[in-house]
Amino acid sequence: MSTASAEPLAISANALTRRFGTFTAVDAITFDVRRGEVFGFLGANGAGKTTAMRMLIGLLEPSEGSATVAGVDVVRDPEGVRRRIGYMSQRFSLYDDLTVQENITLFGAIYGLDDRAIRDRAAVLLERIGLSHARKELVRRIPLGWRQQLAFSVALLHEPQVLFLDEPTGGVDPITRRRFWELIYGTAAQGTTVLVTTHYLDEAEYCDRLTIMVDGAIAVAGTPGEVKGRYDATSLDEVFLRLTRPGVG
Amino acid sequence: MSLLTGRLAALRGIVVKEARHVLRDRQTLVILLLMPLVQVLLYGYAIRTDVRGIRTVIVDPTPDATTRGLASRFSASTRHQLVSVQPTTGTMARGFAAGTWRQAVVLPTDVSRRIARREALSVQVITDGSDPNAGNAMKAYAEAIIRRWYAESSGNAAENATPGITVESRMRFNPTMESANLFVPGLIALVVTIVSAMMTAVAITREKEMGTMEMLLVSPLRPSTIVLGKVVPYAVLGLINVGIVLAAAIVVFHVPVRGSMTLLLAMCLLYVITTLAIGIVISTAARTQRTAMLAALGGLLLPTIMLSGFIFPVDSLPAPLHAISAIVPARWFLVIVRGIMLKGSGISVLWQEMLVLSVLTVGLLAVGIRRLSVRLD
Repeated sequence: MSTASAEPLAISANALTRRFGTFTAVDAITFDVRRGEVFGFLGANGAGKTTAMRMLIGLLEPSEGSATVAGVDVVRDPEGVRRRIGYMSQRFSLYDDLTVQENITLFGAIYGLDDRAIRDRAAVLLERIGLSHARKELVRRIPLGWRQQLAFSVALLHEPQVLFLDEPTGGVDPITRRRFWELIYGTAAQGTTVLVTTHYLDEAEYCDRLTIMVDGAIAVAGTPGEVKGRYDATSLDEVFLRLTRPGVG
Repeated sequence: MSLLTGRLAALRGIVVKEARHVLRDRQTLVILLLMPLVQVLLYGYAIRTDVRGIRTVIVDPTPDATTRGLASRFSASTRHQLVSVQPTTGTMARGFAAGTWRQAVVLPTDVSRRIARREALSVQVITDGSDPNAGNAMKAYAEAIIRRWYAESSGNAAENATPGITVESRMRFNPTMESANLFVPGLIALVVTIVSAMMTAVAITREKEMGTMEMLLVSPLRPSTIVLGKVVPYAVLGLINVGIVLAAAIVVFHVPVRGSMTLLLAMCLLYVITTLAIGIVISTAARTQRTAMLAALGGLLLPTIMLSGFIFPVDSLPAPLHAISAIVPARWFLVIVRGIMLKGSGISVLWQEMLVLSVLTVGLLAVGIRRLSVRLD
């Protein structure tokens, strides 16, 4: 496959496949994500989006096909991929018996930042989410919505080229969700590519482009407008229902 | 260079974080530090195979100066507590049943005259045998006292004139049969197993359960760095516990360390690493903290107690269990620690056991790291 080197791609998946025994969780998916895009990864539970994401972040080896993330091959150099990406999962993933500052220091050290870089970047990130006053609080004592914004900020600490968000807004209130998407947009505006999975189809409208996965394959891809246009639908909700339950509507 | 310093900084980060987990969980920490102390005191005072304060009654139909000598020997012994000297065995059955008698020494009549005439003197020793081990020990203690008393009362000539064979047994390395000498090495193994293996296994599976392991795995850290960083605090804790057990054993129970203390501590460090490796292997298989804990308890603690020679001698195990005991690291560790502490042995004597323990450790580490490299999912 010839890749246009003029515009560097943040993510490029080529017939990426993963089988568990006889079950094909991800079936030869091919898609590209351009730099600085907010790319939505939609699908019902079990459609294969988490499996696909785990292959892209080097947690799972593909059965077939290939992919590059930030220009690095995920099979040949998974460590190189991991150095260039940030990740935040649906499960809350900071240490709740450590303070805000201790979590930041830990992940800074893991990504090889020196003390000064950690201090400077943490100050900016905490300022942005309004948590500067809570540096010394144990993470378990701060409210869930803030915790998730903190996890988001920690995932950005080492200034990754691509940020993977696995259902980042699960279980938070609408105001915090709104706030979260502002953070995502701010991050993309600074040149970081964001790949985000979500259940909330209204959120998907905010994405630059998106794919909807059904049974391990990409059923449709494009901008929200293109996707809706193709199905002559007024909302992504409608498209989603038609794809996942063909009998309806 | 900068790659190496970066890796070291990351390792230090993990160590500091893990140490914070340990230090912040005060309840667990207190339990982990008090447990060895409680275990030593418990084993030392409560669970004894040597016996003290045996309630003894002497039945003497014809008391005289000679038999009073025997009575005073019994009352002077720390092992015995002379309850009374009685003329008949009348209340014996009731005394044993009630437990107010645990041992009776029944003398024949006219002891002095029989000794003077160099007649054979038959003394009956009746012992509470409801606990066979304690019974044997009590019987042996009483026989020793009687033999010494007889020899002195009759003079050496009389003793030499006694026909037949006299067996004199002596316990080497542990002449007074102190059970503390036996249990301390086992206790080190037990405590280290609990702290190092169980806590390591639980600490790693906790991260899997909480989802934080994913954050570490998508970082550029190598699995070996993650695990090394996580086990260091537990290795330190394990060594602190070894120190507590040893100090308590030496100060409270006067357990000797006849060999090299340096060698002893080095071997303890090796065993700490062995158990950490076991903890890692368990954590790669267990999905939840509960599974990890049960696996460590059932799969590890029991063999450490039952198959290591801690309680039951390895040589008296049935053949299949005897074979299994060969892969129980505690078995080899116990031989080494007992050798160093009680016999004063060094590397020249214990090298085979040390080799086996080292091989087991390297093998376990290899299995653990290989299983981790498949990315813990």
